[in-house]
Amino acid sequence: MTLQSGLQDGAKAQTNLAIEARGLVKIFGQNRAVDGVDLSIPTGCIYALLGPNGAGKTTIINMLTTLLKPDGGSAKIFGHDVAKETQVVRQLISVTGQSAAVDERLSATENLTIFALLLGLSRSEARKRATELLAEFGLDDAANRTLDKFSGGMRRRLDLASSLIVQAPLIFLDEPTTGLDPRTRIQMWESIRRLVSSGSTIVLTTQYLDEADQLADRIAVIDHGRVVAEGTPRELKAAVGKATLHLQLTNEKDTHEVMRITEDVLGVTASSSESKHVTAPMADPDRVTDLLVALRGAGVHLAAVSVQEPTLDEVFLVLTGGEKQAEKMGAEA
Amino acid sequence: MTAQITPGAERKLKNRVSLRMNISNSLTMAYRNILLIRRTPQQLFDVTIQPILFTLLFAFLFGGAISGSVSNYLPIIIPGILAQTALTASSSTGAQLREDMDKGVFYRFKSMPIARIAPLTGPLLADIVRYSIATALTFVMGFLLGFRWASLDGAVLGGLLTVFAAWCISWIFALLGVLVKTAQTVQGISAAILFPLGFLSGAFVPTTTLPSWLQDFVNVNPLTYIVSAVRQLFNQGTIGNDFWFSLIGSIAVVLVFAPLTLRAYMRKA
Repeated sequence: MTLQSGLQDGAKAQTNLAIEARGLVKIFGQNRAVDGVDLSIPTGCIYALLGPNGAGKTTIINMLTTLLKPDGGSAKIFGHDVAKETQVVRQLISVTGQSAAVDERLSATENLTIFALLLGLSRSEARKRATELLAEFGLDDAANRTLDKFSGGMRRRLDLASSLIVQAPLIFLDEPTTGLDPRTRIQMWESIRRLVSSGSTIVLTTQYLDEADQLADRIAVIDHGRVVAEGTPRELKAAVGKATLHLQLTNEKDTHEVMRITEDVLGVTASSSESKHVTAPMADPDRVTDLLVALRGAGVHLAAVSVQEPTLDEVFLVLTGGEKQAEKMGAEA
Repeated sequence: MTAQITPGAERKLKNRVSLRMNISNSLTMAYRNILLIRRTPQQLFDVTIQPILFTLLFAFLFGGAISGSVSNYLPIIIPGILAQTALTASSSTGAQLREDMDKGVFYRFKSMPIARIAPLTGPLLADIVRYSIATALTFVMGFLLGFRWASLDGAVLGGLLTVFAAWCISWIFALLGVLVKTAQTVQGISAAILFPLGFLSGAFVPTTTLPSWLQDFVNVNPLTYIVSAVRQLFNQGTIGNDFWFSLIGSIAVVLVFAPLTLRAYMRKA
């Protein structure tokens, strides 16, 4: 909440944004891989870039992390321009890419020690930090093995450990859980939440909707190099479909009565596709209380009441699948 | 409550990389490359097998034909093999750099707040180890076959000149490595440069018997000067004009190719 009020306060908004991108463009040959992306990512949140393969998520990350120069637009990391103040920006971020950015030919300890030395730690500090991180990521048994004997999951963990030698205020994770087994994936989520609770801002890309739903405070849906929707998971769902109220009745004879009362109280069109079952779109959850009171007053008995939220999958398909696919889905439903 | 890090917006940071950081990052990257050499000893084949094999091969194969005997040929061939091996060793810089730059770990180096040139200068520094191994091995092989230098000072200076020249020339191959897309292509181009440069020089045979057009090439080949300078140091223990030509030529190569390589590399980094 403090975040929200801070954002409304014009002058303060600047410093509260971890990332501010305006009209970012990247062109590869004929392909506008990123086509005018605006992002305002508040400090201290988990922000997900969600989109299908080839939507431009990684290209956006590469521009924000100084790995690629934008062909148009600008981006600031904590107020520092990514194109002009590259070295400052690099001191504020850490990046974990899709492919493990570690050296296959060296051991886990050697990898971490070298990264730590490069970041300015002394020899003894570097070795100490490497040992700590290996223990934290459950890699201490494999510390002195070269990475060509590591499994994919172990490499990902070492990769993340390498990004956390010094905890950066802004951490980019490009598909951090792709290819991980469910247990490791949950561990990864826990690590991410811990980083945020100690003051980092996280930007991650993902193809998994449940991941964005469970983990992210805000989501930008990316398609064809553009932001097609932005908001909290709840807002995105609300924008696409309304929740549906399901009423299960004990007596079939009540069906018509219930439909009538529901339409009166909620002011919507109720429907009954099967016996003893009434559904109605639910815009305002507050009014459901009124409905339940009215039903009790009419002496109707309910077997079950449930609310079905639209899933992020629906949101995603509607937003990125093109109109045709969305229509087709609508027709089927 | 977990310990909090300093918020990004409150940090005071400089956009410049200090000279100290450039040096310390380069040394760390050199350390990394030495670790890599230790992990993959096959990287040392060119600087171990070649001096041993070439010394034996050339000495016994051509010794009699060119100089009448092996022992008479050694003063000619040892400096020649020394320069040839160093040149070969420096030529692998490009392919190795290219291979390294294509690895995932370079993605991390690029996004880290380190000196931009460290991933380039590190391997070049580490290669000095390779040149030293090649030089030392050639000395040992020569010694075993009966070669004796005129003075120790001369021999040491000759060795140092070879290592220095190899390091300077490696910048040419480094530029190739940065510019060309695949390691194999780099290797191919390096070999195409290497063979004429290595063999069409005074490294293995006295140049007086060559046809005049070939002599013209040999006389502009920098390797000829390095070989002559090293020969004079080994066999007479004196510094001649060729020594200065080699030194100035090597420095000139660095002055031209180091900035070109750095610029090409920075454009990609």
